[in-house]
Amino acid sequence: MLLLLLGIVVLHVAALVLLFVSTIVSAWVGNPNSSSDLWTNCTTLNGESRCDPADTGVWIQAVQALMILSIIFSFLSLFLFFCQLFTLQKGGRFFLTGVFQIFASLFVMSGAIIYTVMNSEWVHESESYGFSYILAWVAFPLAFISGLIYVILRKRE
Amino acid sequence: MLSVLALTSVVLLGIASQITAIVVYTSWERHALVGSDVRLSCSFFSWQWTSPDVTFSWQYRPDGAKEGISIFHYGGGAAYVDNKGPFRDRLEFVGNPSRRDGSILIKNLDFSDNGTFTCDAKNPPDIVGRPSSVRLLVFEKVPVQAGVVTGAIIGVVLGLLILIVAIYYLMRFLVARRVFSLSMSKHGKKGKGKEGSQQKQAGPLK
Repeated sequence: MLLLLLGIVVLHVAALVLLFVSTIVSAWVGNPNSSSDLWTNCTTLNGESRCDPADTGVWIQAVQALMILSIIFSFLSLFLFFCQLFTLQKGGRFFLTGVFQIFASLFVMSGAIIYTVMNSEWVHESESYGFSYILAWVAFPLAFISGLIYVILRKRE
Repeated sequence: MLSVLALTSVVLLGIASQITAIVVYTSWERHALVGSDVRLSCSFFSWQWTSPDVTFSWQYRPDGAKEGISIFHYGGGAAYVDNKGPFRDRLEFVGNPSRRDGSILIKNLDFSDNGTFTCDAKNPPDIVGRPSSVRLLVFEKVPVQAGVVTGAIIGVVLGLLILIVAIYYLMRFLVARRVFSLSMSKHGKKGKGKEGSQQKQAGPLK
């Protein structure tokens, strides 16, 4: 039982860490000369690099908001998990924890989808997707599976 | 131990020297529509009293230019506005130097007014300090400010969450109270029946 618990917590924390890295690190799209992400666009010209704040379009701000919300919900889910661990009756389900984690995964999914669809507005033609973008897409199924496990899991002794 | 002492004394000296410097405040960025007026505010913080020799000066550096030109100066109690440069007849002093306000008003903006405006204030004897810059962006149509939509979405979702939690607990509280009052009224009817018969007996006695 303890091993199972540990495994679930590790999965949850892994999803959370992926979400963090994806949101913060500036590598959603990039090419050898420039990179841009949710928050800044950095370009390197002749050895000098400068960063501008990202375009203030509505869609990029929506993606920012969704990524931050997914981090918040994943955190709340972890917190609720530990709360429910000590207060739930035997045989009860970690329903609330699972719901929050599934919400977090849905937010990440919508954020990544919006970014994919709308990025022609603010991304140069020559840029290709960076690892933060891929991490966002990986974090979605991880968080979703983690949420499902919580919903199915029953508290044993 | 000695190095820690040396380090703390250096840090304290650094803070102490900052205490006597003048700190100039302006906005970070201003957005405005073409043809409108914009007020660029400038204020300062200084540990000395506001001197009658306080000076404010504004400099303008267009986007892409290396050097700036001086467009406004207030000194010796008089304000001198630009009468030869790009802002002649468009600049007005709307500040109040005795209240540490050195703001200027630029009228009828144009796209060529995009650039960085630097305000430098001096309050003798407090003259050591850095000037502060505000960036002016002139738009045909004011775009959505950075972070407004983000904050709005996050605020709405978290607000809904808190609302749902509050409603859930309120419903639980109300249902519990209703159950409690129902059980009380059951007991109460039994008790009131006994009391009523006692009062009827006591009444005629009085």
